[in-house]
Amino acid sequence: MGNGKTNTELIAKSLEKRHRRQTRLKYYGLFSILLGITFLIILLGSITLNGYTALQQTVVQISVNISPDKVFDDNGNISEEVMYNTNWDGLAKKAFRQEFPDVVDRKEKRKLSDLISSNAGYDIKWMVSQNPSIVGKETKLWVKTSDDVDQLLKGRLTVNVPEEQRRLSNSQLKWVKNLTDKGIIKKQFNTVFFTSADSREPESSGILGAIIGSAIAMVVTMALALPFAVMAAIYLEYFAKPGKWTDFIEVNINNLAAVPSIVFGLLGLAVFLNFFELPRSAPLVGGMVLSLMTLPTIIIASRAAIRAVPSSIRDAALSLGASKMQAAVDHVLPLASPGILTGTIIGMAQALGETAPLIMIGMVVFLVDIPTGFTDAATALPVQIYIWSDSAERAFYERSSLAIMILVLFLITMNLLAVLLRKKFEKKW
Amino acid sequence: MSIFEITIVILIISASAYFFGVRKIVSLSAKYKKKPDSLMKYYGKNAVIWAFVPAFSMLVAYSFLAPVYIETVFIDKLSKIFPEYQQSQLNLVYAQVQNIASGFLESSDVQLLALSEQLTSWNEKAQSTRSWVILLVLIGTSALGYNKIKLRFPARVKVEQFFERLFLGAAVTAILITIAIVVSLMFEALRFFEVYNFFDFLFGTHWSPNIAIRDDQVGSSGSFGMIPVLAGTVLIAFIAMLVALPIGVFSAIYMAEFAPRGLRDIIKPTLEILAGIPTVVYGFFAALMVAPFFRSIGLSLGLDVSSESALAAGAVMGIMIIPFISSLSDDVINAVPQSLKDGSIGLGATKAETIIKVILPAALPGLVGAFLLAVSRAIGETMIVVMAAGHAANLTANPLEAVTTVTVQIVALLTGDTVFDSPKTLSAFALGITLFVATLMLNIAALTVSRKLSEKYD
Repeated sequence: MGNGKTNTELIAKSLEKRHRRQTRLKYYGLFSILLGITFLIILLGSITLNGYTALQQTVVQISVNISPDKVFDDNGNISEEVMYNTNWDGLAKKAFRQEFPDVVDRKEKRKLSDLISSNAGYDIKWMVSQNPSIVGKETKLWVKTSDDVDQLLKGRLTVNVPEEQRRLSNSQLKWVKNLTDKGIIKKQFNTVFFTSADSREPESSGILGAIIGSAIAMVVTMALALPFAVMAAIYLEYFAKPGKWTDFIEVNINNLAAVPSIVFGLLGLAVFLNFFELPRSAPLVGGMVLSLMTLPTIIIASRAAIRAVPSSIRDAALSLGASKMQAAVDHVLPLASPGILTGTIIGMAQALGETAPLIMIGMVVFLVDIPTGFTDAATALPVQIYIWSDSAERAFYERSSLAIMILVLFLITMNLLAVLLRKKFEKKW
Repeated sequence: MSIFEITIVILIISASAYFFGVRKIVSLSAKYKKKPDSLMKYYGKNAVIWAFVPAFSMLVAYSFLAPVYIETVFIDKLSKIFPEYQQSQLNLVYAQVQNIASGFLESSDVQLLALSEQLTSWNEKAQSTRSWVILLVLIGTSALGYNKIKLRFPARVKVEQFFERLFLGAAVTAILITIAIVVSLMFEALRFFEVYNFFDFLFGTHWSPNIAIRDDQVGSSGSFGMIPVLAGTVLIAFIAMLVALPIGVFSAIYMAEFAPRGLRDIIKPTLEILAGIPTVVYGFFAALMVAPFFRSIGLSLGLDVSSESALAAGAVMGIMIIPFISSLSDDVINAVPQSLKDGSIGLGATKAETIIKVILPAALPGLVGAFLLAVSRAIGETMIVVMAAGHAANLTANPLEAVTTVTVQIVALLTGDTVFDSPKTLSAFALGITLFVATLMLNIAALTVSRKLSEKYD
């Protein structure tokens, strides 16, 4: 060339640049992936760090002497009616205040009482009904503290700010310190969280109600979506004649799979609640809406599973004189069922995490009772997370994180199950 | 009889129908010393279909339609008693009567009490009629099915015909669901457009859905201009795509072209975990962690970042969409024929040059399709924006301010305690149909575009 360099030299020189460009592209890709994985770790990590403390609840020991006339009737039997008329709340507060005999001011006394849960009285009532032998003598009982004390001892309450901005006053902090020094305040496993439904007080709220609501909705979803999906898949794979009609069905299915979930909620609201007047907030309706949403997913998975069964199976059945229906149902379907099951589990996992359509049909309600039937008012696990994350109390923040951990745990289990099933039953034809 | 009891009766009769069906064909076959047309079990199955299907469909139809029918007739009756009332007031009276009848509400109004008693008697009548009608149908069709059993009766063909039709019905539900969505949303939306101008809805720039409760109330006439809501939706979706598109596409390029096989097998499922996390979790993350974080960064830079900024909601939505884009793009890149890649490498191009100049242009239709699907996903996403975006409709392009979206408004409009017939709740359905049409068009566009890719190389 004119400037005294040969072609080979030019190429060699540019090659270096071109290779650098290639390395750069490769690292962009690697960086993107690492970024994605970092987001995942931050997301799950921060929620775990927030949530694991909700596994424990702070309790304080109080010493009570419940007089028998507050529990037993004239015949000496334990009586609901007598117990109903007893002021358990006052009893709990009074017993707690005995720890600090020098607090006499009324305002201060109220502040002191605020340190224990406002449901402490109920807890004592429950303990008495479980074990009446504690009545009539001095007994030491552990009752829940208020959520502020709980958060303080978990180090989640900022204390180095002026008193007015704090949820606990100076004297309250002093009392908690005093309790800690005496060793009568401790953290224990938060059983309540796993055995009760929602409550206004964070320390008495749990997710069992929401889990049961979700479970009922899932049963309905599965019972409706799975049979319909399998029948539709068999039809589309083996009976439908190719043509405009079948194309139209397919386009519909694919499109339904991409319709925003909230639209299914609107459908449920307009059709199930307003037209057919089914009960609001019922897990039955929730399950019906979710089944409409998961139906396309399961149909698509079932079709893939049916298509994966080699046609020789079907041909063999047909050539031995089986009818089309017999070949499909008796021979192909059993072989396709692990795949269908896997697809169903994945679809159910999707439905379990879905919130928006359930909000539309009124499953976002405050409920202290655990649902027992298909038409009882209920929430679902993701809806409970949504409700709690809206609450002002710091302790609900912690609880919704723990609820998220449990929800994600359920989903991971379901997905792992799907993977294992696929591994176990996957056949190489 | 309750629904549960009727179901049990239907099941028992159906089970015995199988037994009787098989018994009849066995005895017929023995009597004439001839084999029947089909296998014995098909005669049983045929009898079960005749017993179960009509009665059970009747039960389902009755339980759905009877309350609707009673309501229509009862309201018709009410309109004669209260001729001055409008439809919505009549509905209200009906709800009241219903609540009194079921014991949720107590009333001392003599007229209401009388009406509620009447409703109760109607309900009881409906229930007893239901039992009789269904039992009659059950016995009648069972007998008919039993009667049909003859030696020359092609039971298998009939049974299979029934199942084929049932399967067809299941496949058609997909269409029915789509129709149900369109019809129900349209129906409510049209009621909204009766009271509110369609073009004002579509092109209005002011959204404040509060309706005056008293006539003399100031400034709450209710204004339903969709533009600010739409703008907020687009802004958040745009931010989400800004996050998801580069990360997703570069990840896909790395996975498809550079990653060693072992690494790819780990990366792909790991990224897909992001897709499996429920949206309410992302919403929680956005509202309670990312938004305060952005706000504190903004404060330290002297910027005023809203605690419901579009940026936080959009960024988190972007994270959610990453795996969606990456796995779709990965598929698309893998769908480019190997011959194109080989040709490019064979001519001396580096791998990077092959990717940028050959693979990406060839895969472009598919990538555009993936992009459109992701956008459709972003505008339909609900929980993240409900939890992390604002409720007030601001017409702004500033990502640090709070904006609202279509889905947020739908949720907000339908979760308050409002009368269902008010324009406020009906407008949610108008937004719903807008959302449905928008996502439908995006999905169809995505499908058409990516079909071009496969047509080109098949």
